[in-house]
Amino acid sequence: MKVFVDQDKCVAAGSCVTAAEDVFDQREEDGVVVLLNPNPPAALANAVREAAAVCPAMAIELHE
Amino acid sequence: MEDTAPPPFPFANPAPLQPPTEWAQLRQRCPVATVTLPSGDPTMLVTRHADVKQVLSDPRFPRSAADAARLSDTATGGLFNSEMSRTLPQHGEEHQRWRRLISKWFTVKRIRALQPRIEAMADRLIDDMTATGAPADLKASFAFPLPVWVICDMLGVPDSERDKFSYWSDTMLSLTRCTEEEMRVAAGEFLAYMRGHVAAKRAHPGDDLLSDLIQGGGLTDDVLVYTGQGLLVAGHETTANMIGKMIAMLLAEPARWADLCADPSLVPTAVEEALRFDAHPGLGMTRYLTEELTVAGRRLPAGTSVMCSMGAANRDEAVYPDAERMDLTRTPNAHLAFGSGPHSCVGQALARTELQVALQVLLRRLPSLRLAVPPATLEPLDGLVVGGLREVPVHW
Repeated sequence: MKVFVDQDKCVAAGSCVTAAEDVFDQREEDGVVVLLNPNPPAALANAVREAAAVCPAMAIELHE
Repeated sequence: MEDTAPPPFPFANPAPLQPPTEWAQLRQRCPVATVTLPSGDPTMLVTRHADVKQVLSDPRFPRSAADAARLSDTATGGLFNSEMSRTLPQHGEEHQRWRRLISKWFTVKRIRALQPRIEAMADRLIDDMTATGAPADLKASFAFPLPVWVICDMLGVPDSERDKFSYWSDTMLSLTRCTEEEMRVAAGEFLAYMRGHVAAKRAHPGDDLLSDLIQGGGLTDDVLVYTGQGLLVAGHETTANMIGKMIAMLLAEPARWADLCADPSLVPTAVEEALRFDAHPGLGMTRYLTEELTVAGRRLPAGTSVMCSMGAANRDEAVYPDAERMDLTRTPNAHLAFGSGPHSCVGQALARTELQVALQVLLRRLPSLRLAVPPATLEPLDGLVVGGLREVPVHW
């Protein structure tokens, strides 16, 4: 799985951090998404899919 | 096109915790429908999940415009056409810049750090409620004060002023209990207080959102004052009502409450499901089409006002299997209760945490909690913008 994030579209809701905090974080100064791991292991795949599904900005794209 | 007069919107709930029957009918038969707003203006109502998401997340379209449909002629309709919305950036890059100054305060990390304080506030409210004894109105004693205490904490407002904030907030947004004159006076008092508060924070900054915005520089006092008003208006009644509705939904079927008592790790998914399942979500979110847009195969010309029903979209069978069933384990749960796109709720991480803490504390302190009245007699609020229940009478 490869993860892409769009920081321009991000609305800093933090839903991705709640779903998969080993893969996503937020910038301290404005809450915009930071991608910690663009190639998460299979064990995190479901959590990352949930993060992409619940992102209110549709700012997370997955290539599987 | 419709032959008859467009139906009035919002629709009525057939029973206190049941959604309007029109939601399912429109999703199936007329996903883009003409309805009449309380102002008498027509608008296009969108009810399917995909369409609501499409319209809300399209960055081209502002929330309102001079010739957009008016929600109502009342002062509450007016609040959203007020000095606040003229002062705060509403659209595009300027809105994003302002929003990102605020969103720093609503990151998951910041909110997690705030969580023990929210929990302590919730515990104190339960102490007071139990000291008075059962039955009690959970809305007035718990759901209503908790979010206003949290907002005061974030704005650096001292505890001694909480009751005033609570009164101002309730009066500014109340349609049923207060006269327009009372609402005008409350808004005036609130703004005067906030002006003094901003001046005090300029002189003696603290560890709060306003002090941080001041130190970041570049924002006028007007923007700071209306940012405070915006946070109070957006974060108080919405969360207060949602706590009340969530607890009512969970207690209305005792098995739901028993499941949560047996396994409190269900709290996060239960909160998301309560947000999705909410049958009193209020009016919805508006967009003004500045250019033509095709929604569900129907071409809407520039100048159309669109009302997005997140409540209807949240029960769309195309997205949620068994949508009319409250499933406390539902995952993923991409509901639209906080909107979608560039205007989705900036405080959603805080709202989620407040709802989770409220539920956790109630499960821990009052596992025997139950409704003191039959669910069918719970009374809805007559408010326009924020939906909720008037009271949530409980025993324990």
